[in-house]
Amino acid sequence: MEQKEVFDKVVTILKPFVKNPDALSTVAMETSILKDLKVNSARLVDVVLEIEDVFGIEVKDEDADKVKTVGDAVTLILAKA
Amino acid sequence: MTERVVVTGVGVIAPNGHGKDAFASALRDGKSGIRFHQHLADANFGCRVGGIPEGVAEIQSRYLSDEELLAMNANMIYAAIASIDAWTDAGLTRVPADSDAVDWDTGAIVGTGIGGMDTIAEKLVPKTDAGKVSRLGSTMVEQIMSSGNSARIGGLLALGNQVTTNSSACNTGTEAIINSFFRIREGRAKRMLAGGSEGHSKYIWAGFDAMKVLNRTKNDEPERASRPMSASAAGFIPGSGAGVLMLESLTSARERGARIYAEVLGGHVNCGGHRMGGSMTAPNPTGVQRCIREAVQMSGVRSEEIDAINGHLTATFADPYEVKSWSRALELPPEKMPLLHSTKSLIGHALGAAGGIECVAAILELEQGFVHGSVNCEDLHPELTAYADRIPHTTVSRPDLRVIAKASFGFGDVNGCVVFRKFAS
Repeated sequence: MEQKEVFDKVVTILKPFVKNPDALSTVAMETSILKDLKVNSARLVDVVLEIEDVFGIEVKDEDADKVKTVGDAVTLILAKA
Repeated sequence: MTERVVVTGVGVIAPNGHGKDAFASALRDGKSGIRFHQHLADANFGCRVGGIPEGVAEIQSRYLSDEELLAMNANMIYAAIASIDAWTDAGLTRVPADSDAVDWDTGAIVGTGIGGMDTIAEKLVPKTDAGKVSRLGSTMVEQIMSSGNSARIGGLLALGNQVTTNSSACNTGTEAIINSFFRIREGRAKRMLAGGSEGHSKYIWAGFDAMKVLNRTKNDEPERASRPMSASAAGFIPGSGAGVLMLESLTSARERGARIYAEVLGGHVNCGGHRMGGSMTAPNPTGVQRCIREAVQMSGVRSEEIDAINGHLTATFADPYEVKSWSRALELPPEKMPLLHSTKSLIGHALGAAGGIECVAAILELEQGFVHGSVNCEDLHPELTAYADRIPHTTVSRPDLRVIAKASFGFGDVNGCVVFRKFAS
């Protein structure tokens, strides 16, 4: 799967959790999920569950803890998919 | 020195209408919110009709973001919509989510009878039993904790005073209003959102169906199924939704020039102790009468000054007992009783939301000068024959309506009674 395709899917997954929708218009690999998109930190659990379902992968807790940016998620998925 | 307490806002989402205007029109027009529900038939319920607010999917998107809705069940959504409406109706402005302005003077007591049973039944239990705890996600606790409905309201409106959820079965909404009344009266809050909410899941209603306290004889005539005070009353019809009042100290209301609907003159809650005929599921008549007497005594009005009673009146065997308890407590013979009516005849019994929704009905009646018809009791219960003239079957115009007494009674033998008077500045 191409990076662009994974990136788009990750943004789609994040969309319902985003509390700062304006930031979506400039979303990029380096965009912080918590600081820029204002996703509630408790909801990262739900984001990871969605990623597992959409990409058919299993994400370990220690790997999930390292995801800070959209790019971190994309890189993690590409490594496993 | 105690504060006088007034009603400065109302919010309601009921089976027969959302919002003050639609709900008031529905009451005036005798519009029923009871419908046949296939999912109850599919689950082999005896009672297959119920009251569920309509058009909620469209309504909720105007009040709540996708992010908020991800962690909200029906009970919480109803509570949020009614509370935001009451807030706005009171002339208050919502602070943006990214503002740190907390309103330390305003709180919320919004109760629920059963709570997030749909979330528990549809998500928590199946996934846990399947060994998939890690698949539950982050949103379970806030949806199943008893205080979930009021907790969400606290965040939506940046409330900084007491925010809690009370629960006293079908007395919940009325109890919330009385508890909030006392809090403002003591000077511990300037404003309180007060009322109740209840979802509509089959899992909430199944236990009542199993007890055979729901009417199973009118599945083919939903609008005639809720029959308080009738000879053919054969159980209540389950309902859902939320009703919330903005209660405020008179001082605060005057300071900000708020519109005042009514004053809360008095209120009382008690328990019959499951004695003297009372039990977990039946009221001790002495407890009921004491509750009404205490509320009326506190209100300072004479029995004769009460224009209407919005009763608990669910359409079970207890209706005649309730009416007689009102009569004894007020020491009024049948012909001198206030007008008696049941909002449940139009929307069913919304359990923990009932008192909240019905108090909104009472406030709107006071504001607009009418008493809505208590439908489906054309075959009045024989023990109520002496009260026939006091029970309007269709809406009556009463421009001079001043005082309404509202009571709720719940499983656990618990009672609540509150007295409202139209506000004259």
